[in-house]
Amino acid sequence: MNTQELHERLRARFGEDVGPLLEEKVDSSCVVLPSRIAEVCRFAKKEVGIELDHLEDLTAVDWPKRAVIEVVYHLFSYRHRHALVLKVLSDRAAPRVPTVEGVWKAANWFEREVFDLFGVEFVGHPDLRRILMPDDWVGHPLRKDYEEAGGYHGISNVRENPLVELRRLDERARAALSPKASPPKPATPPAGPEPA
Amino acid sequence: MERLILRRLSADGEEMILNFGPQHPSTHGVINFMVETDGEVIRKAIPEVGYLHRSIEKIGEKVGYPGFMPFTDRVDYVAAMFANEGYAIAVERLLKLEIPPRARWLRAISCELCRIASHLIAVGTMTMDIGAFTPMLHGVRERETVNDLIEALCGARLTYNYHRIGGVAFDLPEGWREKTLRFLDHFDRFLTEFDRLISFNEVYVKRLAGVAVIPAPLAIDYGLVGPNLRGSGVDFDLRRDLPYGAYPHFHFEVPVGKGFQGTTGDCFDRYYVRCLEMKESSKIVRQALDTLPEGEFMAKVPRRIKPEPGEALSRVESARGEMAYYVVSDGTENAWRVRARTGSFTAMGIVEAVSPGLMVADLVALIASLDVVAPEIDR
Amino acid sequence: MTEALPLPKTASAARRRARRVLALTLAVGLGLPSALFGAVLVLSPLRHLAPPGLSPGSVFLFRALCLLLLAVVLVTFGAVISGMTVWWEMRVSSRMQSRVGYNRVGAAGFLQWVADAVKLILKEDLVPKDADAVLFRAAPYFVIVGFALTFVALPFGESLIAADLDVGIFYLLSVSALVVVGILVAGWSSNSKWSLFGGMRSAAQVISYEIPAGLAAMVPVLMAGTLSMQGIIRSQGAWPWQWILLTNPFALLAFLVFFVAQLAEGNRTPFDLPEAESELVAGYVSEYSAFRFAIFFLVEYGNLWVMSAVAVTLFLGGWQVPFAGPAAFEAARGVATLPGPLWWALEILSLLVFVAKTVLVMNLIIWVRWTLPRIRVDQMMSLCWKYLVPFAFAAFVGTLLWQILLARVPWVASLTGAVLTLGGAVTAYFFLRLTYRNIAAVGDRVDLSNW
Repeated sequence: MNTQELHERLRARFGEDVGPLLEEKVDSSCVVLPSRIAEVCRFAKKEVGIELDHLEDLTAVDWPKRAVIEVVYHLFSYRHRHALVLKVLSDRAAPRVPTVEGVWKAANWFEREVFDLFGVEFVGHPDLRRILMPDDWVGHPLRKDYEEAGGYHGISNVRENPLVELRRLDERARAALSPKASPPKPATPPAGPEPA
Repeated sequence: MERLILRRLSADGEEMILNFGPQHPSTHGVINFMVETDGEVIRKAIPEVGYLHRSIEKIGEKVGYPGFMPFTDRVDYVAAMFANEGYAIAVERLLKLEIPPRARWLRAISCELCRIASHLIAVGTMTMDIGAFTPMLHGVRERETVNDLIEALCGARLTYNYHRIGGVAFDLPEGWREKTLRFLDHFDRFLTEFDRLISFNEVYVKRLAGVAVIPAPLAIDYGLVGPNLRGSGVDFDLRRDLPYGAYPHFHFEVPVGKGFQGTTGDCFDRYYVRCLEMKESSKIVRQALDTLPEGEFMAKVPRRIKPEPGEALSRVESARGEMAYYVVSDGTENAWRVRARTGSFTAMGIVEAVSPGLMVADLVALIASLDVVAPEIDR
Repeated sequence: MTEALPLPKTASAARRRARRVLALTLAVGLGLPSALFGAVLVLSPLRHLAPPGLSPGSVFLFRALCLLLLAVVLVTFGAVISGMTVWWEMRVSSRMQSRVGYNRVGAAGFLQWVADAVKLILKEDLVPKDADAVLFRAAPYFVIVGFALTFVALPFGESLIAADLDVGIFYLLSVSALVVVGILVAGWSSNSKWSLFGGMRSAAQVISYEIPAGLAAMVPVLMAGTLSMQGIIRSQGAWPWQWILLTNPFALLAFLVFFVAQLAEGNRTPFDLPEAESELVAGYVSEYSAFRFAIFFLVEYGNLWVMSAVAVTLFLGGWQVPFAGPAAFEAARGVATLPGPLWWALEILSLLVFVAKTVLVMNLIIWVRWTLPRIRVDQMMSLCWKYLVPFAFAAFVGTLLWQILLARVPWVASLTGAVLTLGGAVTAYFFLRLTYRNIAAVGDRVDLSNW
């Protein structure tokens, strides 16, 4: 089946909860109501003829201007060799989406990653904790309004431009080697720290 | 700082909680496993990843489309060509760009050579983890020749930055074709020797056959891809089933695990599928070199790459499985979102489910047979 | 590491430099062990002497001093042999792995072990804070004592043995069990789960494999009728059909059992799971650094030599020189106080024979190590208890029956010897032919000039 027919089948089963097929510029996708996503996914996986058994990818895209975080599901079927893209729009202020971990176990780690990097809470996930960032990280890095923390437990993430630092060390060494008679040169003030 | 992961392990005095890693002398990378064992037998093994997280996806939103290409190398530096290709195909889909046939052939050649190199590392480190050091060094010796060939082609031995949006960066140098064919002649016979040395060695087979069986439905459910999936018996290969680039023009077999020495889906199947895939890759390179078309190796690409707003998903069959790039464009010079879905990520996810009941030495065999590389998991 | 000396500028300078390095290497390689062993041989009878003109107290002191010196020299000798074993193993393994191997320090990298030893001594000596203070420091001593004591009873030549004990082989087996104690203590006192794991596993492995090793070692004892090392060798002959290995099919079985059991006792691949959890950590030595680690390292490789030497003694005829039986040695000795030069020549010949055979068996062990992967703990245990122990018993009982029934008949031994030797030669021929064919099938060549 191609994407249109898949979409028809979902539409037939779930009605308006499954949005229209958005013929985006390249890949088409359809938006699903957040509360129904688990059922839609279960139907898509189990229904004979659709059997989208491979969760290719579960990721998110942050749209601050539209005030949504889009959770994107790329599905594929090994048996029928057809694909579908589902999207769920979650409110950017408090993003909550039901989990599809019960449908595909692969979603377990994918949803943890989306939680970690975007802050989307997946309701019903058995073990929702950070996966890539350290456990006590503050903030969600892939959000568009994420500000860098400026260090982690005292480890700084900025340092001086190495060329400037080397030049300073060079001049200090030269001053130490030069004859003691000449007055020591004043130390050149270091340039301000530039972000790495 | 209490580690949240410790709450998931419930040792009550009888069991030990061990830390495998994050430093361990194995090229799988920097991964930590919290293992709860009862003597030799594992109750639970929970992988902890994230030590190699370099925020590559965030960087993708800042450096522009062509500028991101070297970063894709670092997503999986053992098989970097595929990452290059995946990203290039995604952006070319966004730009609706057709690339010239010579470029497609060169992409296939470089990718298949890279697959050989990557699988040599995969099977080599696997034999090393099981305890046989010699096959690893023989494999690395062969990989040196592949590295030299690719260095002649694009100037780098590990992180290539060879594919570009619109084609490839360089054409074949003088004499490269003959050198590669000579290498492949030698390599095909090397594979026989390798098999004789280790693949059917009684001790080796006993360590791997029947260990950590992953049945096909479980593999699909957990999102395993590539040789791991094929080792479990699922006959699917992107190059044959959803072909891209120059692959429709090549004839090759797709090795599928069928319980070569034990059960379908055990460690030995995953290992042997990789050995067989190396043979197939060598076949593909030969066919590609024979049928290489003339012409341009780079399409006409605008100086500033600003695709129209939209999104595209590209899937390539990398050495570690299917690598998918999901690129979202908002019409500006920088991508809005770049996402790399890698095979090792889901392979790590399955370790927790398959590990109960294994022995500590079997856990090592499992991780080695899944061929995970940490940069792919963490990006 | 930058070059310590400036590189030679001309070809002739390079040749001169190479010749000097070779001379230094030979001097150290031949001179050092000879000097040490010579010291052992001189001090051995000396400590029984009572030099005239000294009071009893001074005689006691003199003897005690000799004994102390003897002990020091013996331990050093063991360490030097162990270092050379390291060199040989690394050289052989590098050829198998298609790489160059040691080639910097000394001709063919022979002095690399000296450099490594110096480096290890100069490293920082770390003792983990929570490790058991006494046991952590004591563990290397157990291990080195267990190792060095074996050199007392190794028969290097016809009269070249530090002490020809009546219970030679029994002494060797029991003393090498001290190493187990050391490993266990090391594993436990490191206060680290990984070390504990490794130590426990290693202890289980070594203790289990003592049984088939001991049983298999009884077969030569039964056939020779004595526990003494020199006695066992003297009961064999110099030619292969006179070795214990080939005069009794049960001895062949016993040799196989003994070989496998010794591999396991020495923690060698395929039985190196305790220490090469090196997928992840180094097992029981993971907390040790500097000189303490050097001791474990030294003992592991020295054990390789000891294992091979014991196997050669028990099964392969030891130092027996072809065409020179005991009568020849007697005749060469003469009746003077000091033996004649021919006797010395024969002794050195017997030493060379012993060394050659030991190196042969060592090569076999190294070959097995770098070819086979390691077997899992439960597989190793089942191999020992379900396969090796029954086979060892079978060999033992078979030898008993052999000795009672057939050894009386004089031509049986020669017949079996001839048959087994012929069988061995035929097997070797086919093996070499298959190897050659395998190499040719891959398009490769046999190139011995690349040693």
